[in-house]
Amino acid sequence: MTDPFRLGNKIFTSRFILGSGKFSLPLVRAVTEQGGAEMITLALRRANPGGEENILGVIPPGVTLIPNTSGARDANEAVRIARLARALGCGDYVKVEIMRDTKYLLPENYETVLACEMLVDEGFQVLPYVYPELATARALVKAGAAAIMPLGAPIGSNKGLLTREFIQILVEEIALPIIVDAGIGRPSHACEAMELGAAAVMANTAVATACDPAEMALAFKLAIEAGRRGYLAGPGRVLERGGEASSPLTGFLEEEVI
Amino acid sequence: MAYQPGMEAIASNIMEQTLDAMRDFSPEKYAQDDVRRALAMQNRDIEAFAALLSPAAEPLLEDIARAAKQETRRWFGNGVALFTPLYIANYCENHCAYCGFSCHQKIRRARLTMDELRREAGAIAATGLRELLVLTGECRAASSVEYIGEALGVLKGYFGVLGLEIYPLNIDEYYYLRTCGADYVSVYQETYDPVLYENVHPLGPKRCYPYRFYAQERALLGGMRGVAFGALLGLGDFRRDAFAAGFHACCTQKKVPQAEISFSFPRLRPAGDITAISNAITERQLLQTMLAYRLFLPFAGITISTRERPAFRDAAAGLVATKMSAGVSVGVGGHLEAAKGDPQFLIADGRGVAEVREMLARQGLQAVMIDYVGV
Repeated sequence: MTDPFRLGNKIFTSRFILGSGKFSLPLVRAVTEQGGAEMITLALRRANPGGEENILGVIPPGVTLIPNTSGARDANEAVRIARLARALGCGDYVKVEIMRDTKYLLPENYETVLACEMLVDEGFQVLPYVYPELATARALVKAGAAAIMPLGAPIGSNKGLLTREFIQILVEEIALPIIVDAGIGRPSHACEAMELGAAAVMANTAVATACDPAEMALAFKLAIEAGRRGYLAGPGRVLERGGEASSPLTGFLEEEVI
Repeated sequence: MAYQPGMEAIASNIMEQTLDAMRDFSPEKYAQDDVRRALAMQNRDIEAFAALLSPAAEPLLEDIARAAKQETRRWFGNGVALFTPLYIANYCENHCAYCGFSCHQKIRRARLTMDELRREAGAIAATGLRELLVLTGECRAASSVEYIGEALGVLKGYFGVLGLEIYPLNIDEYYYLRTCGADYVSVYQETYDPVLYENVHPLGPKRCYPYRFYAQERALLGGMRGVAFGALLGLGDFRRDAFAAGFHACCTQKKVPQAEISFSFPRLRPAGDITAISNAITERQLLQTMLAYRLFLPFAGITISTRERPAFRDAAAGLVATKMSAGVSVGVGGHLEAAKGDPQFLIADGRGVAEVREMLARQGLQAVMIDYVGV
């Protein structure tokens, strides 16, 4: 089955975006390969170009880097971090993360829209991390974002799709890829997001904190593929109560010529 | 408690709240059921924190450690940030009864020149470290804000993140040092007990309890990204002090939600002519305290001191601590050449950066050399 995933100006096969924080650098290659991930996000603030323990040195060749702006507290900081990432050779993709709360690490939607406007003007492919909120998503479409990355649950919580209904609205209303990010704790959550119509899923904590991160990456890959196929196949409807006769109740009607 | 000339007072009532909460805190009233309830909670409140700090929690330390490790992994993954302290001066005009730098101690005093700073910074940076904690004693004459600012300007050329552990400042001074390159400020209240505080600080600027208490809030108002809290464990009743420091930090973060907060847990150690410590705390109690913080404020950074022995630090790194020092010298300078001034206290872990990185890798942990990009 060919099912290309277009994100900005590139086409990918995999719909699994891997976060690189929270686990050991020597594991990055194995986890990426097992998960079949073609995109890896990394916190630019953790990159140590030219220094020790530098994540930029362990990204497998051929994998697209998506630097994020974590640590930014407003649009201007996010823009400056994105420019720095590009100057370091991380390409034109940038995941905008703006947070002003160190306790919950929840995104700041308003500043994210501002950052997106500025970054698109500078030629970036912008992937904004936001609350799944329709008005924000529409503003991001208008600003030229390449996708929307709504959170499924608080970051790192592994709680799954707590914002399911709102993500569903974005899937239905927004003509951009919806990539579910944050809170995806298990392969089944990723599968559920894909069945809803998400274009891709991003996960980090769930993989990084697994007993065997590479094996968990493989499980995510399979779950994402299963969910995607389920979505494309068009799931049968779910009845609220009772059963349904398989022979039609209106079969007695005849075609009348009038 | 009286402010001295030049000390800025800010509009805040966190100190009164903290003192009230500390007064109401009775460690003895908690039972094991309270501790179990605290463990079962998802978002732990101040009562849960109190129970976790109480003597009733001691027999449940293993269960507490398991819960804390999960929180540490969830919030920080397997990353442990590395840094080293650099004492740039040890002149001091305070009379702290417990401190090796205190002005009554007959020690060698020194201040690094900018050339010496460059050499020290180069030697430290060559070990791969990107984060530095800059320390001074408290002496505005010998290590002025301008001197510290100049030093930061030099050090910024070698490091990506600079923390400060210096005397408390006014907001405009913190702002100035932020523009010079400082990112974080650590100020330890030593003890939150106001009576004991005045007893152990008989003279000098440090005698003013509220000025020190509000240092973190002023630092944040001056634009610093993060602040560290802590008490010198062993000076007073460690449970009350630990409770108050956690409460203080919690209130400060609620007031300034973007503040990155962290804790250190210095245990009082022999220094200079101070050899007997009346309220000494055990390693077990130290660990209990650290774990209680992790469960109460799981997002907070926790730094493990080189005052602790290597085996304790190694275990704490995988369990609760998110930052540790390596290649430490606690004299003035001492990273390249012999220290110019005497040390503040004795360290128990003299391992270098490479050894600490190897230790972390053996435990499946990831050394984090930098976690902030200044823009």
